[in-house]
Amino acid sequence: MYLSSIDRPTADDPSPPQHSGRRGLALVGGNVFALGTVSLVTDISAEMVTAILPAYLVLGLSFSPLAYGMIDGIYTGATAVLRLVGGYVADRIRTPKWVAGTGYAMSAVAKLGLLAAGRSAGAIGLVIAVDRAGKGLRTAPRDALITLSAPPHALGRAFGVHRAMDSVGAFLGPLAAMAVLAAAGQVLDAVLVTSFCIAALGVLILVLFVRDRHDDRPATTPVSPRDVAELLRAAPIRRLLLAACLLGFAVIGDGFVYLLLQRREDIALGWFPLLAVGTSLTYLLLAIPIGALADRIGRLPIVLAGYAALCAVYLLLFGPLHGWPLLAVALALYGFFYAATDGVLMALAGPVLPEHLRTTGIALIQTGQALAYLASSVLFGLAWQLWGPLTASRLAAAVAVLAVVATALLLINRSTTTSDTEVTA
Amino acid sequence: MTEQTTIDAETPQPSPPPAPPRFGRAARITTTVAATVALAGVAIGYVQLTSSATTPEAPATAQTVSLAPAPRLLTLTSTGQVTTVGKDNPGGTRAVSKTKCDRIYAAARTVACLYADGILGTVSMRILDADLKERKAIPVSGIPNRVRVSTSGRMVSWTAFVGGDSYATLNFATRTGIYDTKTGTLFKTLETFDVIKDGKPYQSVDVNYWGVTFTDDDNTFYATLYTKGHRYLVQGDFAARTVRTLRDHVECPSLSPDGTRIAFKAPINGDSTKGWRLSVLDLATNKVTRTAETRSVDDQAAWLDNSTLAYVQQHDDGTKDLWTVPSDGSGKPKLLLRNAHSPAALG
Repeated sequence: MYLSSIDRPTADDPSPPQHSGRRGLALVGGNVFALGTVSLVTDISAEMVTAILPAYLVLGLSFSPLAYGMIDGIYTGATAVLRLVGGYVADRIRTPKWVAGTGYAMSAVAKLGLLAAGRSAGAIGLVIAVDRAGKGLRTAPRDALITLSAPPHALGRAFGVHRAMDSVGAFLGPLAAMAVLAAAGQVLDAVLVTSFCIAALGVLILVLFVRDRHDDRPATTPVSPRDVAELLRAAPIRRLLLAACLLGFAVIGDGFVYLLLQRREDIALGWFPLLAVGTSLTYLLLAIPIGALADRIGRLPIVLAGYAALCAVYLLLFGPLHGWPLLAVALALYGFFYAATDGVLMALAGPVLPEHLRTTGIALIQTGQALAYLASSVLFGLAWQLWGPLTASRLAAAVAVLAVVATALLLINRSTTTSDTEVTA
Repeated sequence: MTEQTTIDAETPQPSPPPAPPRFGRAARITTTVAATVALAGVAIGYVQLTSSATTPEAPATAQTVSLAPAPRLLTLTSTGQVTTVGKDNPGGTRAVSKTKCDRIYAAARTVACLYADGILGTVSMRILDADLKERKAIPVSGIPNRVRVSTSGRMVSWTAFVGGDSYATLNFATRTGIYDTKTGTLFKTLETFDVIKDGKPYQSVDVNYWGVTFTDDDNTFYATLYTKGHRYLVQGDFAARTVRTLRDHVECPSLSPDGTRIAFKAPINGDSTKGWRLSVLDLATNKVTRTAETRSVDDQAAWLDNSTLAYVQQHDDGTKDLWTVPSDGSGKPKLLLRNAHSPAALG
């Protein structure tokens, strides 16, 4: 159903689009809708598997408690490095589309790999590693393509559209898995095969409908590691990277937030997944309007407001509200936090990064953020163990305030200089 | 606003003309539609194939299945149907009921049937009487894993897996609950119990419990507590809501009928990714005996009497067989029953 919208804007029109008379979503451009469709389809496939994976490993293959706990965390470091390498390669061979496509294809093949791995724990670990590597590889080139596919003043909206479509896929995934299970008499293999078919369709849509970046500048010299070092020498980019790390450090992770809400309100464990659903629903609904708002009033204030909302969520975990009001307010704020930061931060970063190093720069920022988040979640666990959850969540709120203030000091009033850099870069 | 318009004016337009398309729009759409149809065909074909190849259920036998105390062995078939066979003649006629469970255990007319209604459906801890009539159902979240009933039939415990909470992680958590059928006291998770680790109060967000086994006083229990990569044997006090750690590397404890020994899964060389050796701990001497079963065992073993352990071994095709081995390290593993798991001696 999205195919018609993909083709709408100027696919074969050689002149740059005139946006004086165009409003709203049309401003975002067909390529963003194409990328959104790829993400939507891929997320259906991924979430289908996520929904059944525990059952597959435990009931289907009879794995025992926590045999797979170790898988978690090990790959985070590896995918971080791979993301940087992927970003650099995409810039060097000047084709982010094909690097992203490789990532999507790896995750698609992993769905069949899971089937082929049988009961071998080692093989299953390897297949999951391939799946994550694919995700690590594709994220930065995809976001770089979005920044290159929409005009700078509409980037917030472009990321909003992409993230909203992505979330729709995540919503449909578990439903699709349930439908397949109902049709296949509860056979889990059928979900894996269906998931592969859907992922393959995603790769095909990427190949056929997503346009790669087009460089106006002639390809004089390929990007070299020295250029990457130069990227880090540019003050605005360094400030942005530092801010991304600080903000990443303010995040303790969904697991902890939902766990504390569940304990506070003694929510029946069966309702536990609904906390995540509530957050995603808010995210889904707010992504586009907040992206558009960010384009209008500025992206930095929106990002800072997002982290302020996160701080409020931490305080609410042991705050004055109770019952349904607490859940409604906390989940609304938490969804707002995602809508105001995830895509908007990329929209903020895109124009600051020189075009020939866009993917590397985005990979750098995302990796910095991810590693800071990893460190913060480990430290939060430690603080919980030492001082209990109340003190730990208050500490997290304090860290969030510090991160917001530091980011404001780093980036406010420098936005003019950053856009100057972009023009002269 | 003004600042952004200037950027726009100065910046080169980032959506320059596309490279000449190899495919026209019509060709691309046609290709997509054709591929969608083909892939949908593959998916639907596979779904049809698997749904017709599903293992058929065994017909319920005319003989009614009673789980009252008697020299019988309770097991589930691979499809989860409740069955009994004579304890002394396991090769004899198997009474099969229509009732299905994913894990089952029974003692003194209390039957605990942990049942998931479909893979993504609701899970409940069904407490049945000896004639398989429901007395209580407790909603549980997660995937059925372990279930136990105390010898008197009063205390019931279960363990379920809860998957990772986010798409980015593959973290497993377990939720273990205890229900007192006499007082109606229900703990859906033991995570609220106070932990004494190595003699000191301990708290950590990653505490997980599984595999409860009860003593005859219907208050003291043993279980596995996981935290920070360790799998401790803990002794719990249900009335006091406390547990204390006893030793590391013990999973899925199962107390012998005489209450002197605990059968458990010992991670091979302390590393559970290498599998588990079925072992027995003597509570008085702290001595561990490894059973003659050298294959990895991933089950909470059941004592058929004071010297025999029953446990499941799964084949690569997913079918399960029930085996026994002497608890004192002697003898050899023996096949007890094919197409069976979740054993419990009814008397």
